[in-house]
Amino acid sequence: MRTALGSIWKPLAAIAASTALAAAAQTEITFYYPVAVGGPITKTIDQMSADFEKENPGIKVKPVYAGTYQETLVKGITAHKSGTPPTTAILLSTDMYTLIDEDAIVPFEDVSNTADDKAWVKSFYPAFMANSQTGGKTWGIPFQRSTIVLYWNKELFKEAGLDPNKAPANWKEMLEYAQKLTKRDPSGNVTQWGVQIPSSGFPYWLFQGLTTPNGVELMNAAGTETYFDKPEVVEALQYWVDLGRKHKVMPTGVIEWGTTPKDFFEKKVAMIWTTTGNLTNVKNNAKFDFGVAMLPASKRRGSPTGGGNFYVFKKATKEQQSAAVKFAKFMTQPERAAQWGMDTGYVAVRPDAWATAKMTEYVKGFPVASVARDQLQFSVAELSTHDNQRVTKALNDGIQASLTGAKEPAAAMKDAQAEATRILRSYK
Amino acid sequence: MKPLHGWLLLLPAVALLALFTHWPIVATVWDSFFATPKGGRPAPFVGLENYAVMVADEVFWKSLWNNLWFALGTIPISIALALAMALWVNSAMRGRTWLRMAFFTPTILPMIAVANIWIFFYTPQYGLLEQITGLFGVSGRNWLGSESTALACVMVVAIWKEAGFFMIFYLAALQQIPPSLAEAAAIEGAPRGYYLRRVVLPLLMPTTLFVMVNAVINAVRMVDHIVVMTRGGPNNATSLLLYHVYQVGFVFWDTGYAAALTVVLLVVLGCVAIGQFVFLDRKVHYQ
Repeated sequence: MRTALGSIWKPLAAIAASTALAAAAQTEITFYYPVAVGGPITKTIDQMSADFEKENPGIKVKPVYAGTYQETLVKGITAHKSGTPPTTAILLSTDMYTLIDEDAIVPFEDVSNTADDKAWVKSFYPAFMANSQTGGKTWGIPFQRSTIVLYWNKELFKEAGLDPNKAPANWKEMLEYAQKLTKRDPSGNVTQWGVQIPSSGFPYWLFQGLTTPNGVELMNAAGTETYFDKPEVVEALQYWVDLGRKHKVMPTGVIEWGTTPKDFFEKKVAMIWTTTGNLTNVKNNAKFDFGVAMLPASKRRGSPTGGGNFYVFKKATKEQQSAAVKFAKFMTQPERAAQWGMDTGYVAVRPDAWATAKMTEYVKGFPVASVARDQLQFSVAELSTHDNQRVTKALNDGIQASLTGAKEPAAAMKDAQAEATRILRSYK
Repeated sequence: MKPLHGWLLLLPAVALLALFTHWPIVATVWDSFFATPKGGRPAPFVGLENYAVMVADEVFWKSLWNNLWFALGTIPISIALALAMALWVNSAMRGRTWLRMAFFTPTILPMIAVANIWIFFYTPQYGLLEQITGLFGVSGRNWLGSESTALACVMVVAIWKEAGFFMIFYLAALQQIPPSLAEAAAIEGAPRGYYLRRVVLPLLMPTTLFVMVNAVINAVRMVDHIVVMTRGGPNNATSLLLYHVYQVGFVFWDTGYAAALTVVLLVVLGCVAIGQFVFLDRKVHYQ
């Protein structure tokens, strides 16, 4: 009896041991990501995760589509507070301070700091790292990064007697073009607008597309001070407000971020400002010849960078964290960064991605793909401070109040600055 | 022995109520006296500071004000519409099943889907609303993007959605009214309007009270439409109380202040409920 039992136990124990081993070798990481532009993003992400698993049999990736950037942040921090955060997530680069203040993330150097890792961190465009590093540590790795660009409809330009191959180079020209491109029916209703700069969702970001060329930064590098009430800022806001309220070449009130590309496809507007992340969306859906240009200049050229970074969460296990770094590394390899850039329109985040054969070929056939990259040299960091969501809301409210006519730009920016100063008081 | 038996029977309900209703209320009131814990450090006791912040918070006052208008604008209209629709689909006519279903459809659609559909109704230039007003030569409105119209637009969606839901209650109540009353009124020669005013409406009063309590709760509970359609904008023109609580609690992560806001919300709702039950209840029942 005893021997019979023993002979049963042995194989059972062996099986148990082997499954335990397999379980130990299998590291599972959860990966939250948002979708902020048009196109089949979820499908692409699932495919990339599957490719990663194939290359790394010990690691399982669970990609979770978590909504917009803001919803993804809410989900990520809620999960962190409840004790079971994702292992890694793509969140706005501007959420860095918030995540640090919440003690939610670890710097990449703390997970793995080999020579290879150091070289990897150095391989990205410096403009993207401005929002990814602070205090000498790297907290985020650029993934779906962007800048704002101007898209224009070449057919409508031709109809209006403008050179279809020349985008407005500065603010004055953009206004002149927009005036020529705005069409009204006999009863005075506008049937085609000259230009649209969206102002829902993240008006502060589009606003930086005006303040940066006007030669002013909205915050200091430490994220403890803002400059919303500087004269250059007010001047930039005045220009934006005047496009709609004074010159009537842009719809008044708040313009939806999400429907702006659609307005462009429907030929309801001749020029739009939106992220380069919409490039592939526009390419697939615009049934007319279109152009892409850097934002018009005022005192200089310029656009904020934008978009999302990889972050690694603190409460994950050591194995998960290093698996997440491996994953981030995989996702940002030159070949893959180039592919991601082509699939979406986001700026491939490192110079060597642009040197790959695939990308060179693509840019040759579709030269506007490189506009956003070329704009990087004029780019500044996106507005990012401590208590970022709150400071940003103060500015957004001020911008929307001006655009809807509730407040004069100068008064609105003074209020926004006062509110931001109050919020940031405790971080100085 | 007997009282124990009774309490044992009550125990599951009491435990659930305490766990999911009473304890959270007590914890919220308690939390509202503390600042927000940050990065693992425990929160310091700040007394009434969160309430002082609230008094100075313009967005809070605007949300409170918006919510008041929202309630005043949506509750009477949606109840009146519900009653009218219920009276209509209660009458004997062809195709009333279809009509009932049509009225009830908005209620079963997911809120998020509804809000997305309505966004396209309101879209400037080529939205449904714009195309209709365009026929009359008035167009170029930015319905959701203007401070003057955004709140009204959100209210219309809420009415559209609520009326069908309340209709169901009225329909059920109407079918409880004995036909003999209508027959008696007919024999007495009472006009239809008189019968409606003196017999049907009084008999519907308990339902109206129930519907009103629900409508008030829904008006304060409204958050999903706002998130999808306007995110409280432009410039807080459509920010309602619960949306403000959500924003403070889950976007700014100021949980202490969010708790204080929640306490105020509770007090307001409590007062309204007491008012409804104590004062209206007496007038509701037909004797």
